[in-house]
Amino acid sequence: MKISKEKFGQSFDALAAEYKTIAPVSDAAGVVNYEAVESFSEVKQNYLNSKLPPKSFFFPQHEKLLSYVKEGKDVTVKNELKVEKTILFGVRPCDAKAFLLLDTVFKNDMFTDPYYFERRDNTVVIGVACNKIAPTCFCSSMGFSPASSAGADIFLIDLGDSYQVEILTEKGKALAAVFPELVELTVEDQTLVDTIKSAQTTSQVDVSTITSKLEKFFDHSYWDTLQEKCIGCNSCTFSCPTCHCFDISEEVRNNKGSRVRTWDGCMAPLFTLHASGHNPRDKKKSRWRQRMMHKFNYFVHNSGDISCVGCGRCIKSCPVNLDIRQVIDGVNKAELVVN
Amino acid sequence: MEQNPYLPIKMRLIKNLVETEDRNINTFTLEFLNKQDEENFKYLPGQFAEISAFGHGEAPFGIATSPTEPGILKFSVAKVGCVSNALHLMEEGTMVGVRGPMGNSYPIEDFKGKNVVIIGGGFAFTTLRSLAVYMMDEKHRADYGDITVIYGARNPGLLLYKDELAEWETNPNINLVTTIDKECDGWCQRVGFIPTITEQVAPSSVNSYAVVCGPPVMIKYTLPVLEKLNFPPERIITSLEMRMKCGLGICGRCNIGTEYVCKDGPVFTMAQLKELPSEY
Repeated sequence: MKISKEKFGQSFDALAAEYKTIAPVSDAAGVVNYEAVESFSEVKQNYLNSKLPPKSFFFPQHEKLLSYVKEGKDVTVKNELKVEKTILFGVRPCDAKAFLLLDTVFKNDMFTDPYYFERRDNTVVIGVACNKIAPTCFCSSMGFSPASSAGADIFLIDLGDSYQVEILTEKGKALAAVFPELVELTVEDQTLVDTIKSAQTTSQVDVSTITSKLEKFFDHSYWDTLQEKCIGCNSCTFSCPTCHCFDISEEVRNNKGSRVRTWDGCMAPLFTLHASGHNPRDKKKSRWRQRMMHKFNYFVHNSGDISCVGCGRCIKSCPVNLDIRQVIDGVNKAELVVN
Repeated sequence: MEQNPYLPIKMRLIKNLVETEDRNINTFTLEFLNKQDEENFKYLPGQFAEISAFGHGEAPFGIATSPTEPGILKFSVAKVGCVSNALHLMEEGTMVGVRGPMGNSYPIEDFKGKNVVIIGGGFAFTTLRSLAVYMMDEKHRADYGDITVIYGARNPGLLLYKDELAEWETNPNINLVTTIDKECDGWCQRVGFIPTITEQVAPSSVNSYAVVCGPPVMIKYTLPVLEKLNFPPERIITSLEMRMKCGLGICGRCNIGTEYVCKDGPVFTMAQLKELPSEY
């Protein structure tokens, strides 16, 4: 079933009056990022993907967890969790899949992170398939494709002047009423849908054995040279849709303060520095190893999946051209030395 | 644990005691403000909590009290960072925040019917104290065999809980061995490093567990002694430290391989640690 973009735009505008509505927007330089919009006319179409992933709408780069006022020896603490009903439109399959991976982090066998899940539960994700594929995209290697709907509540395929619509979840159904005039696909539409659905990324990398290879790879000399040109800037982790590490710190003025959490990353030497001065990951080598081991081995043990969705943002954002595909390939090709 | 695990409960600092002669370690006694908070804070020896010094931040510290000591929590903390410095300077009566209890505990169920050898060095004696006090409690003492404590510090002034140690000297429920690194006036207990003293005391490994906490170098040289005494790695327990923030296994910094020290630890057996990368 499909809906014309004109009708969809009208529905979108009606929803934007009721929900906080986030969608891809292009700036003057052509850089696309997710921002709050009020009308479908502001929404960028035919974009490859955003520069930064949309994870920030569930896990902001900077957020207040709580605030407090100190009076004498006493203190009053206030929860700062605030949530709005939100629609997140135009999420690419890689980023929608990343939400499913983040879900397994922010809820574990003992704790649920309310800041993440209150937002997650109050947000409808509308995914859009990729009609164009960047040379840095490699989602087809990660077990899905540029037209996978996993992680979306409603999934659209752009057919030019209309969208094919798939309503996938209960949350999606709650919005279904605003798409009243769905019509059947034409034969041409179906051909286009089939083409988009069968598309694969041109760039491919073999991750079929990486998890098991890494089991015995911790002390391998491969890590010694891999990281030499890395400058530890954390661009890879900040632009990664699945990276979730954060810092908690204090912002204080006089007797008032807030506890805030901010994105942090495993490539920063201070990330693991003890107050005593001891640092278990004091070398770039150990930090690079951590990033790769976490994504391709530890995460698989803990959550059952590789924590990389092949979006290619870390490749694009790296100032020294370190390419995660080549690193994976390097691990694949490295010889295991049996002790 | 409250529903929002990032929100601390308020507790009152009722005692800020200088614990060691070098004035580097203080013991903070915190008082629960109400029964409900105390009931929600059900903990076991070996667990830790995140303490907020409002205006300075939050940091994780092992709980030094035993759950058999109601109404309060104690933490013995070295002055090393921003939060610990603020706590050291804090006036009694001030409100602090507490999140927890966090992490796993010493395997007190597995210890039942067994002898337990507790080996501690320096200020890593806080959760070991919790364990000893718990097992010595009249409700629990019959569950365990011999309890041996081997505890050492550089000099007598650096031993924690000196009054309590003096009481344990004559307590038939526990076999206490204290040691200092170098001889000094007025010290009539043992002299020597923990590994040497452990070898001298030679606790039997038959039907026994060993719990070892201390500086890495102490652990490094004590483990071979325990191996020689035939303690298998499954029955040697230790507790690890890591830089932590959330304490919930989410923020990503305290992992050793697949394990988050805050959630899956801090207590591990040597058998478990052998399976993990040596990155701690």
